Amino acid sequence: MASTAAVPFWRAAGMTYITYSNICANLVRNCLKEPHRAESLAREKVHFSLSKWADGKAQKPVLRSDAPAV
Amino acid sequence: MFKQASRLLSRSVAAASSKSVTTRAFSSEVPSTIDSTFVESWKKVAPNMDPPQTPSAFMKPRPSTPSSIPTKLTVNFVLPYASELSGKEVDMVIIPATTGQMGVLPGHVPTIAELKPGIMSVHEGTDVKKYFLSSGFALLHANSVADIIAIEAVPLEHIDPSQVQKGLAEFQQKLTSATTDLEKAEAQIGVEVHSAINAALSG
Repeated sequence: MASTAAVPFWRAAGMTYITYSNICANLVRNCLKEPHRAESLAREKVHFSLSKWADGKAQKPVLRSDAPAV
Repeated sequence: MFKQASRLLSRSVAAASSKSVTTRAFSSEVPSTIDSTFVESWKKVAPNMDPPQTPSAFMKPRPSTPSSIPTKLTVNFVLPYASELSGKEVDMVIIPATTGQMGVLPGHVPTIAELKPGIMSVHEGTDVKKYFLSSGFALLHANSVADIIAIEAVPLEHIDPSQVQKGLAEFQQKLTSATTDLEKAEAQIGVEVHSAINAALSG
């Protein structure tokens, strides 16, 4: 079987396909002309708050907002 | 009243299952996923209950592969935020596969192709529409349907050449100064994507 098939350089460096694809998409978005660039970067912004729970109580939440998804 | 309903329904299912055992139903009438042996053993165990249906009984059957090659290719080109082309009939598409530019005509052998950053062109008569794709996949089916998925697809006019040159220089510099594997990979991706955009703009 081809278990020793050549892997793409990004997988060899420990990156998954999704990360690679998102990086490519971000780079393309950064190269757009003005109104399209602002629109596409705004479209990709995420906003979420994540809290881990321990002993039945929510710990301090991690907030991520207004950053383009990577 | 409802007791009658289940009896009537099970009667029609029994009729269908006996039909599929004795005579071959046309595949367009009966979903081919009804397993007659299962239905019969179900009837033995639970004669008053309808046999369960599977999700495939509710799905539309996949368009079958026609025996002669169709004249047009049906393209579905989707992005995460929009459906660019949906069921559009075209003559040919050229996709930027990792193995090189691949031309897809109706009747193409079924293929799953990973796409690299590059230009995809859709040819319909004399019209050619080009998009620069960031990366994605192209699924070519036996029935001349092509599903192309990408994360970003922009018409070439929306690209700013000065930004591209700036980005290319920046990532080339990052490539030389990168230390960890991950940084090197990111810089390499940057160089590849910007070179691809450059080539697309000039070619």
